[in-house]
Order: sequence, then structure tokens, then C-alpha cells
Amino acid sequence: MSEAFQLILLAVDSAIRLSVPLLFACLAGLYSERSGVVDIGLEGKMLIGAFAAGAVASLVPNPWLGLLAAVMASVLFALVHGFASISQRGNQIVSGVAINVLASGLTAILGNAWFGQGGRTPQLPSNARFNEITLPFVEAARSVPVLGAIYVEVISGHSVLVYLAMAMVPLTWFVLYRTSWGLRLRAVGENPAAVDTAGLSVARLRYGAVIVAGILCGFGGAYLSIAQSAGFITDMTAGKGFIALAALIFAKWRPLPALGACFLFGLLDAVALRIQGVSFPGIGQVPVQAIQALPYILTVVLLAGFIGKATPPRAVGVPYLKDRS
Amino acid sequence: MSAKTAPVWLTAGVVPLVNVAVAFLAAGLVVALIGENPVEALQIMLRGALGSQYGLGYTLYYTTSFIFTGLAVAVAFHAGHFNIGGEGQALMGGLGAALVALSLPFLPWPLLLPLCVLGAAAAGAAWVFIPAYLQAHRGSHIVITTIMFNFLAATLLVYLLVGPMKMAGSMAPETARFVPAATLPLMNQMAAWFALTITRTPLNLSFIFAILAAVFVWVLIWRTRLGYAIRTVGANPDAAVYAGISPRRITVIALLISGGLAGLMATNEILGVQGRLINEFTAGAGFVGIAVALMGRCHPFGIVLAAMLFGVLYQGGAELAFDKPKITREMIIVIQGFVILFAGALEMMFADRIAALYARLTGKVVAA
Repeated sequence: MSEAFQLILLAVDSAIRLSVPLLFACLAGLYSERSGVVDIGLEGKMLIGAFAAGAVASLVPNPWLGLLAAVMASVLFALVHGFASISQRGNQIVSGVAINVLASGLTAILGNAWFGQGGRTPQLPSNARFNEITLPFVEAARSVPVLGAIYVEVISGHSVLVYLAMAMVPLTWFVLYRTSWGLRLRAVGENPAAVDTAGLSVARLRYGAVIVAGILCGFGGAYLSIAQSAGFITDMTAGKGFIALAALIFAKWRPLPALGACFLFGLLDAVALRIQGVSFPGIGQVPVQAIQALPYILTVVLLAGFIGKATPPRAVGVPYLKDRS
Repeated sequence: MSAKTAPVWLTAGVVPLVNVAVAFLAAGLVVALIGENPVEALQIMLRGALGSQYGLGYTLYYTTSFIFTGLAVAVAFHAGHFNIGGEGQALMGGLGAALVALSLPFLPWPLLLPLCVLGAAAAGAAWVFIPAYLQAHRGSHIVITTIMFNFLAATLLVYLLVGPMKMAGSMAPETARFVPAATLPLMNQMAAWFALTITRTPLNLSFIFAILAAVFVWVLIWRTRLGYAIRTVGANPDAAVYAGISPRRITVIALLISGGLAGLMATNEILGVQGRLINEFTAGAGFVGIAVALMGRCHPFGIVLAAMLFGVLYQGGAELAFDKPKITREMIIVIQGFVILFAGALEMMFADRIAALYARLTGKVVAA
């Protein structure tokens, strides 16, 4: 097998790993924003989820309990955001900022108080983590040229959360475009008054979407602390929630393009990790920061409307008032 | 709550105080949760922040940065926009100040120092120009673009500090030291000019700048034609058009002023204390600005008070972390989060109830 091919496979493999938290958070944002609730608290929900997963998995060595804790913590934060945005009709951006700041502070202070390791949770043993799964027929596939290598290197050997994230994409598509709840969800993000007139509860639909967003962010957080790493580290989301937000805009709030956008940003991350100190013929060294900056630059360019137009759901960010007196 | 019927002391005094009190109660619960005494923690904080000249100096030094970033958020809020990019604009302010200081070291201080300060403001304003222009002319949401520009600023600064602007021979990501003519005098040095002795702290001349900036913002927003236009656009951009005001133009101008104020935060940290450009020097001050502006209800007087409260929290929090290792400095971030939640996102939660209570007590009808 050629070396270049092997290199591409490795890059794609690490891009998948790096794009999974983005994908969970991006789909979370998709549900929330499609229902009309802006969510810049993806970062904070993932962070509190990662912390809860790391903390619980270190006490009871069971990754599924860790995942459950992550989901519960993240949903709790999502409900705070929902209460502020939906029931209290507060500023959704401000509420999202509050979620992010609270998560950053609480994880650090509670982690330090409970585990005394400067905000980390204890290193997890292998049975407390989601380990890599080797899919069947890997040995047989090795002998198959090209496709076999793709199967062995790229498709097999991920944790269960990676496959779950990938499965969430068609599932989200199905829920959004093929179920009545999905139709209502999209409607409530575009024209809540119409949904209200049809006799459905705007608040109930939006709470539903916000809770789903909480669950997905919990998955993303758990992936970071008990699948990708063996424990929680202070501020381990490191802006992934915001990259996911960028990916959501890039995907124009649609599930299938969300997969593409997250994979692209994951790939950029993987490339940035690999090219440190590498000199390219004719170009010389490319600064890592240039590649790290690309997702942000691409998103701004897209938002500016220079490469297609990213139009958010029409009612996003607007609290719904039943009677406008 | 309608401002017409409820008295000002209620809407601008009692309600924010209740919100902040609830935020502190929540933070106190967190302290109790990790097994410390909240009342004792509060005492240590207050003593550490206000109990000595040293503590007070540090408190006001932190206050300085928060006044700038709080004013930055407030000016944008008055125009109806949420500039969440204070962090990035402040970083760029540092870059602007450093570029002036490092490229014109031969100038005498009466020229160089004002140029450095202007460089900070100009760079902060420049960093918000693209998001402002895109918001005004292409409708790109300023919140998202300024978040992106925060990351871009951080990335750009790292690139410059490990690459082109790095001081030769240094391992740390920092520039060479500025000439003394490009740095602001510390407060204790200034006191010495008047034969006064005060303890040496990082408190410097930029504190005076911050107070002047607060006065400037007050005059701008409530006493000038531009301020009136800004408030009109913030209240109702459609109505502004009929009043002959261009919401696009006002949006860009208001955000440039906002960015400039955020950039000035660098005068405190870079020109006042560090005397060189370092990485991540803003340390979250841009986000504290959001809490400060919300708590101060976007009024310069309220912002100065709220900035002082956060100054107390930062200095007191440092002392507290020293005395009680379990309560780390991140406690400040927790309090900040609760303040943003209760004084910002949930600001109306208690307002309606307080208004109802007031109505019952006085017998007056107050619209909630």
C-alpha cells in the first residue's frame, strides 16, 4: 500500500475522532435553534457534561453511568437556559453566556474541591471508559485492497459514541423532516404564532428541543472525558462548542451538511496537529495558527454572504409572547 | 416593568440589587457545597480587597479593566447590539499599543504615550470594524462574528508572539520591553510627585482614564446628538429611519466606539503593568465586561460601581484562594456566571414580583 494512501487514511481517522464532539454539539444546536432558541451555551453544556462523566466514572467504573451523569448535568443546564429563554423571555444570548461562564467556573471549583487534583478528575482505568470497538471481519478485511484498508483503519476501531454520533445524523434528518414533531419543531422556529394558532404549545415544543440539545451536549462532553481521554481536564472543551456553532451556521442549520461541516473542521484540526514544524516544498512552514483560524474565517465569510447565504430560522432568538398587547 | 409607572429607585435600584443578591446567594450555596463557610469566605474576601492599601490598590487595578470592558458592552447595548468580542478587541488593543511602542521608541514621552493609548483604542476599534460592517450592511449576526473574531484575535496573537514579534532569546511568548516613555506611571509613583507615600500596587494612571471614559460615555449617550441617535437605533431601528437616522451608520459608529473602549483595557495591563505585550493578558476581562454592563444596567455610574464590585471579587478572591485552598480563584467565575444569569437573562424574574409587592404596599397601580 502506498505511503500517501496510508497517510490519508490516518488523517481521515483522526479527523473522525476530532469531529465527534463537534457533531454532537452541532446537532444539539440544530435542534435548539431550529425551534427558535439561540444556543451559544453549547460549550458550557459540553463542559459540565464532560466533568460529570469524568467524576462519576472515576467513582463507579462504568462508562454508561458516566454518560448518564453527563446527560443529566447537561440537561440541567439546558433547562436553566430554557427557563430563562422560554418561560422568562430573557435574552437568549446573555443566558448562553451565563451557561458557559458557570460551567467553566463550577467544573474547576468543584473538581478541585472534590478530587484535589487542580480541577482534574482522577485518571480513569480502561473499564471506566468507552473503549475502541473492533468491528467484525477486520482480520479478513486486511487482505482486501483499498476497501479493506479503509474498513480497518477508518471504519473499525472507534468507541461506541463515535458510531452513535454518526447514527445521529440520519436520525436527526428523519426526526426533522419525516415526523410530525420535527415539522412542528421547524414551524415553531419559523413562525411560532402559526403553531400557537394550530393549538400547539410553543413553550412545550421549545422545551423539548432544548432538552434534546442538552442530551446531545451531554454525549459530546462524555465523549471528551471518558472516551477520547481518560478523565476530565479543566476547560477541556477548549472552544469546541463555538466551532460547533460555526459548523451549524456553515451547514445552514441542516443535519446532513452538519456532518460535512463538522468533518471539515475536524480535518482542519487533524491537519493542524500534523503539520507542526513540517516544511512544505515551495511554501515552507505553514503556521499552525493559520489552519486553526480557518474555521472561524470560513464562518465569517459565509455569514457575510459571499459564499451562499446562511439564513437562520426566522424566529430564532425571539421570545414568544402569546398575546401582544 | 414600565418605567413610566414604577419609580426609578425601584427599577434601577431595588431590582438590580435583588438580582445581584440572589446571584451571591447562589454562589454562597456553592461555597457551602464544597464544605466551607460562605460568611467566613465573604469576610476574608472583603478584608483582602478593602482592608489594606495594598488590597485596595489591586482592587482598583482590576476595576480599571472592568470599567473599560463594561463600557464597551454598554455602548453597543445602547445601539441594540451585543458586542461579545470585548476579549478579542482588548487583545488587539494590546497589539496596537505594542506596535506603536516598539516601532517609535525614539519619540519623547509626551508624544509616544498618547500615541500608544490611541494605538490601543484604534486597534480595538479596527478589530470590531469587520463584524460591525457585516452586521450593518449584510445582516451577519454580530454575536457570532465577534465570537469568531475573539478566537481569531487569540490565534493571531499567539502567532505573532511565538513568531515575528517574539523577543530574541526569550523562551516565553512575549515581545521586548517597551521604552519607559511608552509606559504609564504607577499610582504610587504619581503620589510621590506630590510627596505622598502609598503602597506599590499595579494601580496606574489608566484608572483615571477609565473614570474619564465613563464620563465620556455618559456625555456621549445622554448629552449628544450621536448618543440620541444611538439610543434611537437601539430602541427602534425602523423608527430611527423615519427620524432621518441611518441605523447602518449608527451601528458601525457605536460598535467602533465600543471596540475602542475595549481596546483601551490594554492601557491598564500592557502600558500600565506589563510594559511589553504578553499572551492572554486579558484573562477574561472582556467577559467580565458583560456581567459588569448587565449589573450596571448600561449606565456609566452603575458600570463603575459594578466594576468595583468585580474588582473586590477578583482581589478578594485571590486572597480567599490563598487562605482557603478549597475555594480556588474560579469562585469568581462562578459568581460572574450567576450575576450574568440573574442580573441578565433572568432580570425580569423578580422585577414583576417586586412591582406587585410595591403596588400592594403603596396602593398604587404599577404596570408589570
